[in-house]
Amino acid sequence: MIRPDAKVLLEVKGLCAKVGGVEILKGIDLTVRAGEVHAVMGPNGSGKSTFAKALAGHPSYEVTGGSVAFDGRDLFALAPEERARRGLFLGFQYPVEIPGVSNSAFLRLAYNTMQAARGKDELDPLEFDDFARGKMKLLDMDPGFLDRSVNDGFSGGEKKRNEILQMALLEPRLAILDETDSGLDIDALRVVAGGINHLHGPGDAVVLVTHYQRMLNYIVPDYVHVMGGGRIVRTGGKDLAFELESRGYDWVRAAA
Amino acid sequence: MSSVLENLVNQPYRHGFVTDIESDTAPKGLNEDIIRFISAKKNEPEWLLEFRLQAFRHWLTMAEPKWPNVKYPKIDFQDIIYYSAPKPKKLASMDEVDPELLRTFEKLGVPMNERAKLAGVAVDVIFDSVSVATTYKQKLAEVGIIFCSISEAVREHPELVRKYLGTVVPPGDNYYAALNSAVFTDGSFCFIPRGVKCPMELSTYFRINTESSGQFERTLIVAEEGASVSYLEGCTAPKFDTNQLHAAVVELVALDNAEIKYSTVQNWYAGDENGLGGIYNFVTKRGLCKGVNSKISWTQVETGSAITWKYPSCVLLGDNSIGEFYSVALTNHHQQADTGTKMVHIGRNTRSRIISKGISAGQSNNSYRGLVKIVPRAENARNYSQCDSMLIGSKCGANTFPYIQVQNPGATVEHEATTSRIGEEQLFYFASRGIGAEEAVSMIINGFCRDVFQQLPMEFAVEATKLLGLKLEGSVG
Repeated sequence: MIRPDAKVLLEVKGLCAKVGGVEILKGIDLTVRAGEVHAVMGPNGSGKSTFAKALAGHPSYEVTGGSVAFDGRDLFALAPEERARRGLFLGFQYPVEIPGVSNSAFLRLAYNTMQAARGKDELDPLEFDDFARGKMKLLDMDPGFLDRSVNDGFSGGEKKRNEILQMALLEPRLAILDETDSGLDIDALRVVAGGINHLHGPGDAVVLVTHYQRMLNYIVPDYVHVMGGGRIVRTGGKDLAFELESRGYDWVRAAA
Repeated sequence: MSSVLENLVNQPYRHGFVTDIESDTAPKGLNEDIIRFISAKKNEPEWLLEFRLQAFRHWLTMAEPKWPNVKYPKIDFQDIIYYSAPKPKKLASMDEVDPELLRTFEKLGVPMNERAKLAGVAVDVIFDSVSVATTYKQKLAEVGIIFCSISEAVREHPELVRKYLGTVVPPGDNYYAALNSAVFTDGSFCFIPRGVKCPMELSTYFRINTESSGQFERTLIVAEEGASVSYLEGCTAPKFDTNQLHAAVVELVALDNAEIKYSTVQNWYAGDENGLGGIYNFVTKRGLCKGVNSKISWTQVETGSAITWKYPSCVLLGDNSIGEFYSVALTNHHQQADTGTKMVHIGRNTRSRIISKGISAGQSNNSYRGLVKIVPRAENARNYSQCDSMLIGSKCGANTFPYIQVQNPGATVEHEATTSRIGEEQLFYFASRGIGAEEAVSMIINGFCRDVFQQLPMEFAVEATKLLGLKLEGSVG
């Protein structure tokens, strides 16, 4: 939902970033207001995931220029965990496996950390179990997920659901979802997209990083940005995604 | 005999030493007179002196083991004082205690009234350990359990000590066991009579005079037919000691249908961050499942000492007997650990289970070394071993040396091993959920060690969890 008078949550200006000494982002500008859904699209290697990880603060991604304000604060002055506590959420393309750590313990620690940061009450294991089960229904997840180790032995689709479950539990102000649709079959995609729609409200914003248009059939973006060569080369409405689907990305490479 | 040994043997009166029974401290060095002196000081019976002397004579013929994956400067065994009258260290008040130690107590949540005792402050007034111990002793005596220092046991129950001492770890078993057998000064003795289930966890914590148990500790635990006991050694609070070399021997004997569970949390001084100082912990621990259906279970959490050399083992002699080994060994900075177990299957239908978790941080080196041996007569033996290593950072090392000797074709032996590293990606995943690095590492480590911690008595498990967090403080980032 576009409301020009809504609060600016994310203001990216001229962002440049390096990975392993190679400059990947070469000046990104993006403004995200509360209530909006943005889709960031582009061919492989255009810098979409780098953009997402640089915002979340991955240590391998070195910011070399530009500025990012998150909720009016200098994002890069905050440690990655501090960004999360202030409501920035990254849904991972490849969530890492953590053998031996139970999903329920991990989710509860994350939830309680967030609650503490917001000055709210923490939940004990029993209360949290009830709370988490409620959220899992929304994503059509088996409660058995809670007893397994974090992402350990999960299928690709299960990992993505677990990411969105975390989004549901942590209620971020800005959710950056990196290729959440990849690895999902059509039924799972519908469920996950339904969950994201359900979680999204007028006070928060979602940035969908995706290669394909198909997820946008379920989550309608207010803006579609096309990345190429480390920059946003074109911005449009939801129709731009359809255009990309029919034209492919070759023209982007040419434009970049 | 090498010339070095010859010299040792042939200089009994170095420094003009004369056996002085009135003296509180023996002069430096080791020879038969010193051993006679120790034995005399303790008013020991002749057979025990003979036990010591035989061990010493055997020790002279032995060489220090070189096979462990540890490095340390050569130990001068003639530069050690082998007997010193028990003198509990007494500080006048808590103000004299090392602030670093107090900070550690604080973090571990050691109760206020116990801190003084652990720090070596005179505690008669503020902590009634004696009355606690007395109460326990009475309760145990009612069911016929003997729990006392080994010196007391030699005096009060010589027939029991004589019957079992050295039957599991013979005096000449290995270099350090022989040394211990020759010069041990104290330790614990525990005897659970036939059919008695020990009504509480036995802990050295509640034994009087633990302060003086010393450098060469000797422990003997016997569970008669149908008896069972859970024994806790050590505590999570750091233990400082001016003696660098520690060579303990622990012997467990389980008769028919008996069960012994032995848990250790070891947090001795590990040396500083640069690897200076710290205890050399060279221990021989072995349990004998002598009777049918007997069970011995070792659980250890090893976090301290500069060097740990330790293989709590089970000899499964009785048919259907069970041996278990659950271990967490954590090394940080310049610590070295070469630890594991030996499971020797002799009886029929014997089973053993080994769960080992090694955690290396800093520039430390952590080795698992284990032997599973199935002798020809051990029909239908089964073993399961799992050895997992976790690395924190890139300068530490982990090794696994499993030795498997199967001489009976009916045996089932399984071995699994994994190595993992707490990596940037895992820590970033936690961070992206608001969880800082220290908390993340603590959670990953506790998950990694869960199978072992589950075996610890409840309170110990909670303390062990905190202890690991504390030991790894500052090692991430």
